[in-house]
Amino acid sequence: MAASFDLKNDGVVVIIGSGAGGGTLGNELAQKGVDVVILEAGARHEYEDFINDEWDSFAQLAWTDKRTTSGDWRVAKDFPNLPAWIVKSVGGSTTHWAGASLRFQEHEFKTLSTYGKLEGANLLDWPITLAEMEPYYAKAEAKMGVTGTNDWPRLPGNNNFKVLKAGADKLGYKECHTGNMAINSVDRDDRMSCQQTGFCFQGCKWGAKWSTLYAEIPKGEATGHLEVRPNAMAIKINHDASGKVTGVVYADKDGKLQEQKARIVAVAGNSIESPRLLLNSASSQFPDGLANSSGQVGKNYMRHTTGSVYAIFDKPVHMYRGTTMAGIIRDEARHDPSRGFVGGYEFETLALGLPFMAAFLDPGGWGRSFTTALDHYDHMAGLWIVGEDMPRAENRITLHPDTKDDHGMPVADVHFDDHANDTAMRNHAYKQGSALYAAVGATRTFPTPPYPSTHNLGTNRMSAKAVDGVVNKHGQAHEIKNLFVSDGSQFTTGGAENPTLTIVSLAIRQAEYIAGQMSAKSI
Amino acid sequence: MVTIYERKLGSEGKPGLSRRELLKRGGASALLVISGSAVISPEHAWGLETSTLKPETMATLIQMARDIYPHDQVPDKYYAIAVKAHDEQAGKDPAHKDLVEKGIADLDSKSGKDGYTGLGWEEQRVAVLKQIESTPFFQAVRGGLVVGLYNQKEVWPIFGYEGESYSKGGYIARGFDDIEWL
Ligand SMILES: Cc1cc2nc3c(=O)[nH]c(=O)nc-3n(C[C@H](O)[C@H](O)[C@H](O)COP(=O)(O)OP(=O)(O)OC[C@H]3O[C@@H](n4cnc5c(N)ncnc54)[C@H](O)[C@@H]3O)c2cc1C
Ligand code: SF4
Repeated sequence: MAASFDLKNDGVVVIIGSGAGGGTLGNELAQKGVDVVILEAGARHEYEDFINDEWDSFAQLAWTDKRTTSGDWRVAKDFPNLPAWIVKSVGGSTTHWAGASLRFQEHEFKTLSTYGKLEGANLLDWPITLAEMEPYYAKAEAKMGVTGTNDWPRLPGNNNFKVLKAGADKLGYKECHTGNMAINSVDRDDRMSCQQTGFCFQGCKWGAKWSTLYAEIPKGEATGHLEVRPNAMAIKINHDASGKVTGVVYADKDGKLQEQKARIVAVAGNSIESPRLLLNSASSQFPDGLANSSGQVGKNYMRHTTGSVYAIFDKPVHMYRGTTMAGIIRDEARHDPSRGFVGGYEFETLALGLPFMAAFLDPGGWGRSFTTALDHYDHMAGLWIVGEDMPRAENRITLHPDTKDDHGMPVADVHFDDHANDTAMRNHAYKQGSALYAAVGATRTFPTPPYPSTHNLGTNRMSAKAVDGVVNKHGQAHEIKNLFVSDGSQFTTGGAENPTLTIVSLAIRQAEYIAGQMSAKSI
Repeated sequence: MVTIYERKLGSEGKPGLSRRELLKRGGASALLVISGSAVISPEHAWGLETSTLKPETMATLIQMARDIYPHDQVPDKYYAIAVKAHDEQAGKDPAHKDLVEKGIADLDSKSGKDGYTGLGWEEQRVAVLKQIESTPFFQAVRGGLVVGLYNQKEVWPIFGYEGESYSKGGYIARGFDDIEWL
């Protein structure tokens, strides 16, 4: 039975956000007998409620509260109030996500030592190594049912994958397969296997794809130690004179302010909301925001170097059939500065339905050059580029000076300028992606600009030293012992890989640490 | 209220207006006819009733919509559905009515004596659109079309997009990997 805790209960761990980080941490702690309240800004929709329709699903699940943008990235011009495409719903962005689950490479935990100092980049080594992460990666893969691990077969390849694979072979790429996906390739965990429905981004109506919504939270609730409170938007974290956090002020479903007392607070609202909340919790003792004596809260915002390549063929493809991210090429993920940039990138297939294709292929574009592309929608194949971008101090989340949300909380401004390394990498990837499709006979290719950010990282980064970052290697705030960060904002650097497996692994690791510290009475 | 309605058979037993009615009424463009407060497609048996915007304005908007996102295989009806929201919005918001009526008037004045729809070639009309591309009016029309046109389920099959698939059991047995030409 799901628990229900009193607002005055100051023995609970309060987690803000129920996505990859928060949802996992909540279940892991509950399994260890720790009482947890998850405050989730969004509503609870079970997987039967998901909608196989791009815009209707967006309206159901996406975070559409106002945000503002600045910087030279094209998203700021095309989608000035939608810097990120992420979710406000129980389960967070693990409802929308595609399921690609990759481990970081060893050097990606040590970018400063591997790449050296790069002008305009705020590179830093993680305070953890791959070796330390490996056991947690293994646990995360096991819990999420990642294909290609634990003897689970990979998914069958769809049409979009087959085009990618044919091109990869022509170009001589060696590591191309249907990926490591947190999607059931066989029935497991009381959930069925993938039916190739093709609406992974809209929430999997079969429950085949892992999401905290139905794969973590109900298990936590069953222990009697977890309460998920939907429609609860955290606004401020309170602290006492000793500098320890004591509770979280949130707006409930009727917009009324409540305070949930807490022994420990873990912030997992994704990399825009988490720093927004810490900044908004400024007090006379912490004038620049909680956990911000380093000044790093909100800085080093990363979004991966992304872009897409779509291509038209003289024969049909029907790329939208089957898993959205149906395969991967990993050859370019290596660090090889001879290509003109540090770090690497992955190619992953991607398909959008017609409505989203119209919105994202060339935002603002019109006329025949645009429409003749859509005319051949069913002859299109597509891939997505995801590569390591450089952390930069100027790329940051700040509180907007005037614009406020419905609860009177200043909205987040997201500033982003590409680093020269990001641009060089993207151009390399556009060239390779276009060559790949040309090799299979594409008659026209489209280097498509980045969408609003789906991978948001780095804004409360981990560091060995307190001056360089916000949290230590356990995601614990350097300056406040009972305050944790549990989402992708902990990332010191972004790696080339989709982030969620690492977020989940960190949450499993953090749960062990928190439970240990609690029983040792150190927090 | 804007209604898009299927027209009853005309007096000559064909859909739409009779030839005689057509000749009598004439109209802004050869394809769409203005009748009272309606824009009518005599050939394709549908009509669109406007309530706030002038029907002539609506007819020009439909042409403009097609010139912005030209798909020769998509009938006018879907462009009409895509722009009808401007009539609804104009009814609620006088500023929007002003934006559209003035925008269309400006478009006509830039297009010479027969107005925008009097320009015979798409290139000629696109050249006029290019002049107003950065105006709020153009951006409002173009922006509205992205969802208004491409999110109509009825147009999806024209592009070969199959839409919802859960109720059909996904594509696992319906061709997710049926590509043969590779
Ligand atoms: C379309 C799409 C496809 C993706 N595909 C992949 C993929 O294939 N592989 C991969 O690794 N990653 C993928 N991602 C990214 C992945 O979803 C995220 O990296 C991951 O979910 C982030 O986890 P998180 O815990 O940081 O935040 P989220 O999962 O976004 O969860 C944050 C939650 O916190 C809530 N919240 C925020 N602020 C507050 C507040 N103040 N009070 C209360 N609640 C709050 C939000 O409503 C949300 O539910 C994809 C994302 C999208 C959008
Ligand atoms: S393709 Fe598979 S994982 Fe994606 S939504 Fe469909 S059944 Fe779920």
